[in-house]
Amino acid sequence: MSDESYTSKPAKNEESFHRLEEQTQIVPEEIRLQTENLNTYYGDFLAVKNVSMSIKNNKVTAIIGPSGCGKSTFIRCLNRMHEVTPGGRVEGKVLLDGQDLYGPGVDPVDVRRRVGMVFQKPNVFPTMSIYDNVIAGYRLNGVRDRKLLGEKVETSLRRAALWDEVKDNLQKPATSLSGGQQQRLCIARALAVAPEVLLMDEPCSALDPIATTKIEELIYELKDHVTIVIVTHNMQQAARASDYTAFFYVGELIEFGETGTLFTTPRVRQTEDYITGRFG
Amino acid sequence: MAMSAQKSEMSRRRYLFRKATERLQWVGMLLCTSVTVFFLLTILGYVIYHGADSIDWEFLTALPLPPGETGGGIANALVGSVMVVAAATLMAVPIGMGAAIFVNEFPSARLGRTVRFMAEVLTGVPSIVVGLFAYSMVVSPMGSFSGFSGAVAYAFIMVPIILITSHEAFRLVPPSLREASLALGVPKWRTIMRVVLPVSSSALLTGVVLAFSRALGEAAPMLFTAFGNPFWNLNLGKPVATVPLLIYTYATGPYDDWHRKAWGASLVLLVVVLVTSVLTRAFLRGKSHE
Repeated sequence: MSDESYTSKPAKNEESFHRLEEQTQIVPEEIRLQTENLNTYYGDFLAVKNVSMSIKNNKVTAIIGPSGCGKSTFIRCLNRMHEVTPGGRVEGKVLLDGQDLYGPGVDPVDVRRRVGMVFQKPNVFPTMSIYDNVIAGYRLNGVRDRKLLGEKVETSLRRAALWDEVKDNLQKPATSLSGGQQQRLCIARALAVAPEVLLMDEPCSALDPIATTKIEELIYELKDHVTIVIVTHNMQQAARASDYTAFFYVGELIEFGETGTLFTTPRVRQTEDYITGRFG
Repeated sequence: MAMSAQKSEMSRRRYLFRKATERLQWVGMLLCTSVTVFFLLTILGYVIYHGADSIDWEFLTALPLPPGETGGGIANALVGSVMVVAAATLMAVPIGMGAAIFVNEFPSARLGRTVRFMAEVLTGVPSIVVGLFAYSMVVSPMGSFSGFSGAVAYAFIMVPIILITSHEAFRLVPPSLREASLALGVPKWRTIMRVVLPVSSSALLTGVVLAFSRALGEAAPMLFTAFGNPFWNLNLGKPVATVPLLIYTYATGPYDDWHRKAWGASLVLLVVVLVTSVLTRAFLRGKSHE
């Protein structure tokens, strides 16, 4: 099985693909991902309120804001992971290259192959080796092409800046790695399925400063290949690693702009208070 | 001065009182533990004391002799028990685990909680009732006692045990692993089969062994189902001898040799159960050290 046959779907899905194309809207090329009037619920609780924002291609967009402001919930809507949570519900649109990810006939499984995710705590598969973890996206979906998978392992681990540290121990259990290495393994695993967008939900919050620095450097290098949306508690991290920053407060998008501008001359009072540490 | 002396005297007393209470509790708990261990060891010792004599090569490999004759063995019952319990395991494992997956992975349905509750109730159903049920469901329509009907009865006992232990096993799988798999674009059912099941495999196996051991020792469900058979029979469509039922028959029979054989068979049963659980533990320990 080749790489193409993994991403191309059988006839049934092709139909929904054409339907998708009809719904496709024309958007400026540099915009990869767009939300329109996105409302997100947990049961009756409205966690994200009417958010519309555009995320640019091959840029890093940081989402900042105090705890409980809906940052994580927001990015979990971008790959349809929010609906996995019991009671999770989404209204509005999320457009990936102009296609509505919540449109009729769109399979969340396909969405998640195109929009990858790295979580707060490293969540490697404990029953698998380092090698199998990297290609878990293929293995778990039944792909067995050894040559293809072997190449994927090396390129993904190199991209995640982990190759040199693990190349001699690929068959060791993934749990034998340190926390920072495990998180980079999770990044490699997400990159292996070649997503168009990579979502990172506070990827450094469980890591020490050295591991954090490594991940930040990695984010900087990765943006040539993939569009990144990163949620962070750490404002220095947002300032260092991102091109654009969005400030969320109590479920609302308060301010969104270029990182340099937002941190030096915020337009909204609440943003200024937050980034200067007056609350949050 | 007097005040503070009084105070320190009081705190000393309080300290002694606390110390005494602690001692008392410790002794109480030690007593409870000893009683538990004592009974376990007494049963084991008693069965070995009475049973060890009757166990020899002939006992394990020969067929029973006609009533009243001394000698013979329980080979057919041993093989029969393993056969019937194995067939029951084949039926109970997919059903029990399938239901556990349903209960755990689709918890939004009130049905899931109801199923779990019913499984808990089902573990409390007396095994003789299970036997009667299997009789009316399988033996009556089929027109004869059979090993198969015995397997169905055992499966009834095993399913709720497997369901509950598997459900607990699935509950211990961190949700973050499920999310990791889903976020890679792996469909839910593949996530269950290839992430949730492997991660919980040790606990699942423990549950199956528990259910296996429980069924292996049950005599009552066999009374109206597998029925017993003094001859060799490898056909599950016909009556089959099983060890617990043989123990019941021999222990209530009139011959001394039968009584000795009942003790011997009890010891064999006990050893099989012990060896199974010890081997499982050893296997799991080996696996976790990998």
